[in-house]
Amino acid sequence: MDIFRLALLTVPLCNGTAIAQSSTNIFAPAATPANSIFELSMLVLGVTLAIFLIVAGLLLYAIIRYRHKPEDSDQEPAQIYGSNQIEVSWTVIPILIVVMLFLSTTRVILGTQAIPKPGNALDVTVIGHQFWWEYRYPKLGVITANELHIPVSDPANPVPTYLTMSSADVAHSFWVPRLAGKTDVIPNRVNTMWMDPSQPGLYLGQCAQYCGTQHAKMLLRVYADSPAQFDAWISQQKKPAVDQSTGNTAASEGQTVFMQNACINCHAISGTAATGRFGPDLTHLASRDTIASGAIPNTAENLRAWIDNPNTMKPGSLMPPMHLNSHDLDVITAYLTQLR
Amino acid sequence: MSATTQLPGINETLSAHEGRPPISIVYEWLTTVDHKKIGLMYIGFALIFLVVGGIEAILMRIQLAVPNNHFVAPQVFNQLFTMHGTTMIFFVAMPVLFGWGNYLVPLMIGARDMAFPRLNAFSFWVSAFAGFLLYFSYFGASGLYGAGSAPDVGWFAYAPLTSRVFSPGHSTDYWTLSIFLSGVGSIGTAVNFVSTIICMRCKGMKMSRMPLLVWLYLVTSAMVFVTISPLTAAQIMLTLDRYLGSHFFDTQAGGSAVLWMHFFWIFGHPEVYILILPSFAFINEIVPVFSRKAMFGYPAMVAASVGIGFISLSVWAHHMFTVGMTAAANTFFVFATMVISVPTGIKIFNWLATIWGGKVIFATPMIFCIGFLFQFLIAGLTGIMLSAAPFTWQLGNSYFVVAHFHYVIVGGILFALFAAFYYWYPKVTGKMMSETLGKWHFWLFVIGFHLTFDFMHIPGLLGMPRRIYTYEASRGWGTLNLIVSIGAIFQAAATLVFVYNLIRSYYKGKDAGHDPWDAWTLEWSTTSPPPHYNFATLPTVYSRRPLWDIKHPDDPDSDFE
Amino acid sequence: MMMRESDAIPMAEVAETEWVLPYRGNVGMVCLILAESAIFIIFVVAYIYYIGKSLTGPTPAQVLELPIFGTVCLLSSSITVHFAVSALRHGKMRSCTIQLAGTVLLGTIFLITTAREWYHLIHDEGLTIQTNLFGTTYYSLVGLHASHVVVGLIMLSLVLGFSLFGLIKEEHSEKLEVLSLYWHFVDAVWVVVFTVVYVLGR
Repeated sequence: MDIFRLALLTVPLCNGTAIAQSSTNIFAPAATPANSIFELSMLVLGVTLAIFLIVAGLLLYAIIRYRHKPEDSDQEPAQIYGSNQIEVSWTVIPILIVVMLFLSTTRVILGTQAIPKPGNALDVTVIGHQFWWEYRYPKLGVITANELHIPVSDPANPVPTYLTMSSADVAHSFWVPRLAGKTDVIPNRVNTMWMDPSQPGLYLGQCAQYCGTQHAKMLLRVYADSPAQFDAWISQQKKPAVDQSTGNTAASEGQTVFMQNACINCHAISGTAATGRFGPDLTHLASRDTIASGAIPNTAENLRAWIDNPNTMKPGSLMPPMHLNSHDLDVITAYLTQLR
Repeated sequence: MSATTQLPGINETLSAHEGRPPISIVYEWLTTVDHKKIGLMYIGFALIFLVVGGIEAILMRIQLAVPNNHFVAPQVFNQLFTMHGTTMIFFVAMPVLFGWGNYLVPLMIGARDMAFPRLNAFSFWVSAFAGFLLYFSYFGASGLYGAGSAPDVGWFAYAPLTSRVFSPGHSTDYWTLSIFLSGVGSIGTAVNFVSTIICMRCKGMKMSRMPLLVWLYLVTSAMVFVTISPLTAAQIMLTLDRYLGSHFFDTQAGGSAVLWMHFFWIFGHPEVYILILPSFAFINEIVPVFSRKAMFGYPAMVAASVGIGFISLSVWAHHMFTVGMTAAANTFFVFATMVISVPTGIKIFNWLATIWGGKVIFATPMIFCIGFLFQFLIAGLTGIMLSAAPFTWQLGNSYFVVAHFHYVIVGGILFALFAAFYYWYPKVTGKMMSETLGKWHFWLFVIGFHLTFDFMHIPGLLGMPRRIYTYEASRGWGTLNLIVSIGAIFQAAATLVFVYNLIRSYYKGKDAGHDPWDAWTLEWSTTSPPPHYNFATLPTVYSRRPLWDIKHPDDPDSDFE
Repeated sequence: MMMRESDAIPMAEVAETEWVLPYRGNVGMVCLILAESAIFIIFVVAYIYYIGKSLTGPTPAQVLELPIFGTVCLLSSSITVHFAVSALRHGKMRSCTIQLAGTVLLGTIFLITTAREWYHLIHDEGLTIQTNLFGTTYYSLVGLHASHVVVGLIMLSLVLGFSLFGLIKEEHSEKLEVLSLYWHFVDAVWVVVFTVVYVLGR
């Protein structure tokens, strides 16, 4: 199995190690669901490869061995119309293969979908939007966006994360290949999935159901944190926003400008007048590595350009250009970069 | 052998056109109800849209050749993949396959025309209008961002993305209406096929003596009735939602997005079998002739075809494995999908057994068939991989799936179609196509096909979803996408060679005569091209290969029935 | 090489059985009926799926009444059209015309009862296609059926007109039978719609 795994990691011949460490390779599972799919894939690939070699081999043999040669007589070859025994044999053998594949597949389906949820699982609610991801931790009182933090799950004492998912608008799909198969995120429907990353790290993915213009940039970032890191992150996220109203800094002016503009209709910053839920929660915006759902690195420069006109970076994004003057843009950016 | 009766041969047929004003020739084609002319119009129409759909593909491949490309805007890209898929399925594959069926079925059953010639003409013109309507959207609709106005909801147009809220303007309506009309045309043609095959076979041609091509068109047409209709119904519902405020797929009012998926895929899956069965039909006719052997296992082939038709109606939700169905539902659709591989495998084995012990002649039709056999095998095997639902949980909606279905459609269906063109072109025109150009076409296409679609599986395995207008450089998909895009160029070049061959051979090809391939079915018993009444006297047949019986009076098939 | 009867291989058992294949009109109509049935089935599936799922508004039990009279008329029209066909087959032109007229009349009465029902639902009960899922699925299913009744009535009226002008002959009975097949189909669909909407759904 391990040799197989290694071989497949290098299957994309070009780009060698970059691919081998590709963070979205389905053959580099890092959690149980992805792993059981991986093992099933190996079986299925093996069976289909064997079938291919046999049938293609016979085909190749037939067209070479039985090719018409110029020195052949003009006589037609013997006309064979069929054989019941042969038909039966190549019906029965495929049926047996199908039964075997079916049973193996059913085992994985049941093992992923039909197992009971452990009591200590972490619950996260995922809400898909055009074109960003909302995450809520209902039992922990945290609402955030675009970067999902979950605890690493020690196989000896598993703490899986259970996602309960729905959409606020159109159909999306949550796909982080190294952790699990994808599950669609559909309005007026609640889907669930689970994952239990065994190694800390950043796992990437993206929306996998065409959802409109910026489907391509609705990226996923799942941070598997050690228990300590996760607890620290949660307690940070629970805090209300850093209040900038006192003092005479650019940030405090930015906070005022923010609260006086239409920003508050779409965005929420806890502890302030901004309570909009249409767009991502910004309470701890500065704690994130990226903005625009993973598409843009979170730097002051990018943030300013984004607020000025999102369409220059993610055309078709549902955030309109805010038509702020340059000074307002500066101070708002200064404010938002303080929201750790 | 036989003395020829006086029938107009190619010279007389051609001279019928000389001295006539062009307008009268145009009028003849516009008003014809002759199945042969209608078939050719379907085929010509499909070839035009093949070029259009191919250009759309090339534009997409240029955009995706490198990461973060800016060749086309995202809105344009989204229109391109929608139009490409819709065009290729509804305005290339369906018409070209129905066109060939239209031309061949009456000839192969010894009839003079289809059962309902005027319905035949109506079906064609409705389909042609539908194609025009889809492309009129570029001019007529008002899109969401004003940046072009073709539909951009993907060829399967999932709800609620297609609702008025998320797709304002009329671009989606052009999609809906044009496909609705195309469906009307398809149902009309299918009615014709079934009625013709059941009611107009020549004397002695019991169902068990029909050519396999005729069987496959019968099964395909029967499937059309129960396949196209669900899509028609769903589109009526979508239009009612968009214009009369109904709530079929309105999730805000309790409607279900998944219901659209069920209805669409109840159409969408059997639809691809509607496309592959006529392709099997071509292989069934061509492989025996160029192996110089009767088809091995005719009854098994009929049973397998009918079986595939039936089972294909039960597998649709394998397109919905990621939607969150219960384990029981997922398991059922895994089973049904895996089961369909059994009759499909039987067909492949029977083709193999036909070649086995024969004398294979590598004429251009045959080499395309051989390409089909290898490629369809691979496509079927990646299909078996995807039939394991957990595999689809990873790879559904990724480039692995895109690679799989293009492997079937291009590597399978299109190759079978090319074989059909080279095989029956002499019958249609009385001229042979160039073998040299044919081989150039084949090898260029094979190289391009494998460059594109073999390598396309890999980005899927590496996590690349479909329908994205660009991707991050750090994902490691760049080089692979570049290779995929380069392959497209080879395929485009090959297609140009093919089109050139089609046109050039009409004027410069060798005379074909009645039966250039020494074949065995009824169409080869009449002139090339056939007179408009097809046969001087309607034939009587006593076996599955009437011309074999005539050529081999000492060893006729009728002895073995 | 041309194929002529004299070239055909003479078979040992020459038994020249008559070569009779079905009438293409019937086969064609059966195919059309199959396709239309599939469309109706999808609308019925949508209806059944959405039973009880409306978020607001009137429910079937609150506003629907059994359309007994209309149903009896429509189903009776199947009987009259059957008699019209057999009358034509036996060359009884007048009887055929009368039966056709009866069919058109009964079908029209059915449409009128549907129209009155819809008027009542819209004006008195406030149920439109937009109101809720019940309204959506009800009007679309019953409306789809009614549109098929309209098409059938147009065809039957045309034939009635032809027969009134004495243009229908005994040899047209096969074609009239094809039309009657369509009409029987429309009635059969109504049986299903009636059962699903007015019996089970309430």
